Amino acid sequence: MKNKLVTRLMLCLLLVIPAAHAQLRIEIVGGGAAQYPIAVVQLKGEAQLPQKITDIVAADLYRSGLFKIVDGGGLATVPSEPAEVQYPTWKARSADYLVNGSASPMANGYWDIRFRLLDVDKQTQLAGFAYQITPQELRRTAHKIADAIYEKVTGDAGVFSTRITYVVKNGTRFELQVADADGFGAQTVLASNEPILSPAWSPDGTRIAYVSFEKKKPIVYMQSLVTAQRSVVADFKGSNSAPAWSPDGKRLAVVLTKDGSSQIYLVTLGTNSATRLTNSSAIDTEPNFSPDGQSILFTSDRGGSAQIYRMSVNGGAPERLTFDGSYNVSPRYAPDGKSFAFIQRNSGRFNIALQDFASRQAQLLTENSMDESPTFAPNGRIILYATEVRGRGILAAVSSDGRVRQRFSADAGDVREPAWGPNLKGP
Amino acid sequence: MRKFLTRLAAIGAVIGLIAGCASQAPKEQNPAPVDTGKPVTAPVEPVKPKVVEQPKATPVEVKPIIANPLKDPGSILSKRSVYYEYDSNAVKDEYKPLVSAHAQYLKQNRGRKIAIQGNTDERGSREYNIALGQRRADSVKQMMILLGVQEAQIETVSFGEEKPRSPGKDDAAFSENRRSDIVYDGE
Repeated sequence: MKNKLVTRLMLCLLLVIPAAHAQLRIEIVGGGAAQYPIAVVQLKGEAQLPQKITDIVAADLYRSGLFKIVDGGGLATVPSEPAEVQYPTWKARSADYLVNGSASPMANGYWDIRFRLLDVDKQTQLAGFAYQITPQELRRTAHKIADAIYEKVTGDAGVFSTRITYVVKNGTRFELQVADADGFGAQTVLASNEPILSPAWSPDGTRIAYVSFEKKKPIVYMQSLVTAQRSVVADFKGSNSAPAWSPDGKRLAVVLTKDGSSQIYLVTLGTNSATRLTNSSAIDTEPNFSPDGQSILFTSDRGGSAQIYRMSVNGGAPERLTFDGSYNVSPRYAPDGKSFAFIQRNSGRFNIALQDFASRQAQLLTENSMDESPTFAPNGRIILYATEVRGRGILAAVSSDGRVRQRFSADAGDVREPAWGPNLKGP
Repeated sequence: MRKFLTRLAAIGAVIGLIAGCASQAPKEQNPAPVDTGKPVTAPVEPVKPKVVEQPKATPVEVKPIIANPLKDPGSILSKRSVYYEYDSNAVKDEYKPLVSAHAQYLKQNRGRKIAIQGNTDERGSREYNIALGQRRADSVKQMMILLGVQEAQIETVSFGEEKPRSPGKDDAAFSENRRSDIVYDGE
């Protein structure tokens, strides 16, 4: 079994304190190519676990919109070894892929989880993994398995193990929360009676920068998710907002008004000294670093209407990128740097658009009315954003080809300001 | 649901066409004259209204009560809000006497400081709205500086769309929320 990789799941850095929050529920609301039929057979022995790993794996794959989950039940014997697999059965069920394996308790309280991904047509094994985990690591392990399957089948990195952050407004209470990408395990990292906005993940996923109004004005803070320690990044005269991390995690671009109009500055962490980057008498805001750290996208009304510009982090003349319509804002680089997502206003409606740098062609991805704050999944395949349904703020997602749409619903409150965390490559 | 959304989108598109150019902000009537004498920021301590009361048997008090003009509903200084058109930061003529009165007060009271808090309605990007609110607050500040107020007496900040005064989703609510508020130190 040369493909077999034995991995030992490490505990993530984060302190996971299960909170009493209602999780976000995700539903697929439209499109869906579902081109990969896959059967996820129960792992032999997993019924003894507090939760079935295969249920979580199947739910992850289903929600990606790319997989069709084929019924894996109703078998006389559950296959856990390749030799036990009856391929004709799965062919008859139109499954192209099959997942099976086993879960066995070990002497030290750990569980030995094994699974295989099989190609039904070729009757070969595509991947096989083993994990030794505690029951507490069950969800995380399931997401890792789903990531491995997703990557093997689609060729793209999975994002099921990543996390998201967002702001929930309930009455006059604002909470900055962090949750798994499937909406589970939400934890509040900051609660306030004043607005919180613009959370931004550090590239290593250990800190979040955000804007808080707790001192009766917008001030940029940074908070560790490991120690919960927070510090001020920018508290100058006027407004301080729109934090964006450089890819090396050493600098933050922020918007300050200390010298007049809203302008973009670079703050070096540690010294917290701010160097002015843009020089206009107009509004320059919403900076976003390119993945190579060399350029910044931003919104400016220097040309008379709000449009998206790009400039070097070393200064120089900005180049205007959007020309269609009078309101193009909130630019975000795709992780491969080849395109950017933004918000475009058309006839009073605000929607997510994606523009290719090379062709300069923009494509509208949504048809809502109040979309804002787009954020890419680390694999670039999904754009999470905030929108409104019946007057309530919710999160929604659209695949970057526009075909798959998801909606995240919470039980109460307005959910807004999403930011998708980085993909942390575990051992 | 999808169909409904598509239909909604279609209706929206048609309305858009009828309304004309997409680049134009929706035209609105002047915001209804909001706020007349109603104190706007912090709750105001009740000040005796200037209603003539029938004096009782006791003699009328001799000393006049020195009211704080900033909180006297009869004084223009108790008015603290400047309202704007959509996507605009121009201080309209009707609010110039208000700005001018505060400028005079600040010139006479050099020790006093104010924050001007800019606000926007909820449409559009939150961060862009922070910048737009800032520009609104700055427009009031510029006017005051031209009238002789010292720059050190004023800090302009923006709340963007984050602290709407009206929770509504209609034009009246939006008008109410496109606003700069003048807040004195200690208030």
